[in-house]
Amino acid sequence: MSSHKLSNLEYLESEAIYVMREVAASFERPTLMFSGGKDSICLLRLAEKAFRPSDFPFPLLNVDTGHNFDELIEFRDRRAEELGAKLIVRTVEDAIAKGIATPTPGELSRNRLQIPTLLSAIDEFEFDCAIGGARRDEEKARAKERFFSLRDEFGQWEPRSQRPEPWNLYNTMVSPGQNMRCFPISNWTEMDVWEYIRREQLEIPAVYFSHEREVVRRGGQWLAVNDIAPVKDGETVETKNVRVRTVGDIISTGCIESEASTIGEIIHEISAARVTERGSRADDKVSESSMEDRKREGYF
Amino acid sequence: MSSTSTIEKNSAPAASESLHKMDLLRFTTAGSVDDGKSTLIGRMLYDSKSIFEDQLEALERSAEITGGGEVNLANLTDGLRAEREQGITIDVAYRYFATPRRRFIIADTPGHAQYTRNMVTGASTANLALILVDARKGVSEQSKRHAYLASLLRIPHVVVCINKMDLVDFSEERYEQVRDEFMSFVPRLGLPDVTFIPVSALQGDNVVDPSENMDWYRGATLLGHLETVYIGSDFNLSEFRMPVQWVNRPGKDEFHDFRGFSGQITGGVVKVGDPVVVLPSGHRSRVKEIHTYDGNLEEAGCPRSVTLRLEDEIDITRGDVIVGEDRLPIVAQQHIAEICWMNDQPLALRKKYMLRQGTSTVQAMVSSIDHRIDMKDLGELEDPTELKLNDIGRIQFKTSKPLVYDSYRRNRMMGSFILIDPATHDTVAAGMLKEPENRMPVSVLAGPEDFVI
Repeated sequence: MSSHKLSNLEYLESEAIYVMREVAASFERPTLMFSGGKDSICLLRLAEKAFRPSDFPFPLLNVDTGHNFDELIEFRDRRAEELGAKLIVRTVEDAIAKGIATPTPGELSRNRLQIPTLLSAIDEFEFDCAIGGARRDEEKARAKERFFSLRDEFGQWEPRSQRPEPWNLYNTMVSPGQNMRCFPISNWTEMDVWEYIRREQLEIPAVYFSHEREVVRRGGQWLAVNDIAPVKDGETVETKNVRVRTVGDIISTGCIESEASTIGEIIHEISAARVTERGSRADDKVSESSMEDRKREGYF
Repeated sequence: MSSTSTIEKNSAPAASESLHKMDLLRFTTAGSVDDGKSTLIGRMLYDSKSIFEDQLEALERSAEITGGGEVNLANLTDGLRAEREQGITIDVAYRYFATPRRRFIIADTPGHAQYTRNMVTGASTANLALILVDARKGVSEQSKRHAYLASLLRIPHVVVCINKMDLVDFSEERYEQVRDEFMSFVPRLGLPDVTFIPVSALQGDNVVDPSENMDWYRGATLLGHLETVYIGSDFNLSEFRMPVQWVNRPGKDEFHDFRGFSGQITGGVVKVGDPVVVLPSGHRSRVKEIHTYDGNLEEAGCPRSVTLRLEDEIDITRGDVIVGEDRLPIVAQQHIAEICWMNDQPLALRKKYMLRQGTSTVQAMVSSIDHRIDMKDLGELEDPTELKLNDIGRIQFKTSKPLVYDSYRRNRMMGSFILIDPATHDTVAAGMLKEPENRMPVSVLAGPEDFVI
């Protein structure tokens, strides 16, 4: 009988498939948030495992900041097409034009502006559940997140009144005005994600691998030279071999110096890494509670 | 809350390139407010090199801000602002770490009295419970409560860390006193596997590295024990059970006859060709195919997620359970269960709740409360008038449709349920089903193909 014991990765996969199927069975209009990043790439493979040979029982949704690494957008569109999935894109640019999202003067990063853009997309399509690739190991506030996380009309997360989730019995009930966020890979670590990408031989955007890029030193990290936040006086453009560990808004996603050009080398690099993946995201460094604050406002 | 005065920069966190081949231990921690639980976890993460530089920097920044300049290991786990401000843990926090031998998920649950519901949540998925006892104070009401919950939720393994040994001069005599005190109520609880370890979370004795101050203790360190405790038989592998979650019907030309029943196996093993019964309808068939995205399997076991195709066209929907023939589960509408009440609104007799068990959702009505557990002495108070937040008791209840289950004692995944308030949609209780007093025979219909049960 011991041959039926699942390894760590098999266990996490089975759990995530179970959670995805709960969404399909319990919600009328779910969606899966796909950014082209490594975590949501795993979600798509898990969706294939949960639902094939059927089509996905939900469209994919991307909230596009407009501040992107180009190859990510190309990858996002191509992957959705390969899977025969419907892809909905809603842009922060458009949300600003419509007055749904309002940038604070001086605020360059668009991570915060993704929130109203996402909420307006949820409204527009009447989504009752949005599947996301957040993991509890990413950040302390996320460590207290549920698999099924209830949000009110303003998309707000209230950590003090979360529903208990004993065993694998998920309460998927929503009242009018409320909607659900669901995180099937809650229990995965960064290492599990990479191990899974390796095991499943998943394609990932080139920006994750070592490449030559023009970067400037800003706020203690290497940022890709871009048109949105141009090089300032006194900053020196350098050409380095870099890659990204996590992908967000291009103007706040730090590149790390790296020679890792295969999944195996990335895994090796991460196992020796001395900072967490979010350590390369300037938006999380603002204060110890910055993730908690954004989550309360409706960040996924 | 305790802290260390110096933190040296770690070398790289434990590396492993073969995590996918390792197994997983899920454990839950419980302790009273000042038992030093968060410090112990912080110590384990720190000494096993699972803490990263930016996490340390954040700790050091907050230590500078809050004054004193002392880094508090407890802040590694207390994630929310209110928790740091009040020095308490509000909610279940999940932490992840790996050593070269095993992968771990910690469900870190608050110890204060009002948060029993979180302890139950954390314990429900655990292989092992880690209970902290303050060596100076000895076994508290809290420690008893935690041991009781570990027993109620049938966590297979319990580790009792007798902490703050540095404050009792690392005394073997004191350790033995506390251990004997704890052991005095273990037989009543029927905990199958209890291990005691003397530790100092603050100074690191016996957490990851063996203590130099307690050479009288010859057992494993805490991490050493967590890495080696045998968890091979923690799932039920004897009776096949699969609650149907979702029916897979592609509706495409190339798969026009594909009809699969998707779900997670919650007990036992299934093989192609096995005779199965679908409950509660009682229809019989055989397994034609165990479908997965990675190809069909010859057999699959708990807790794998699969899609089963059967030989016969039977009407099967979400909430039905596909089971093996040899030992059928309970099918009943009258039930007995132990529950933990988790809501500010007390349990109301004869009110209609929604009940979720397996993949089935039905209405439930509680007819009586047999007893409530007195958390002071773990005795049973007969005929209580109500169950309030954090109360544990035994109830009799009916469901609008038959439930298919095993007793929780036999199968944790098949014998657990939650109650949901239909008005607020809050999860109000977690429950564990017991064997009913009069077990009714399960009716199995003759299948199209006649075989003997």
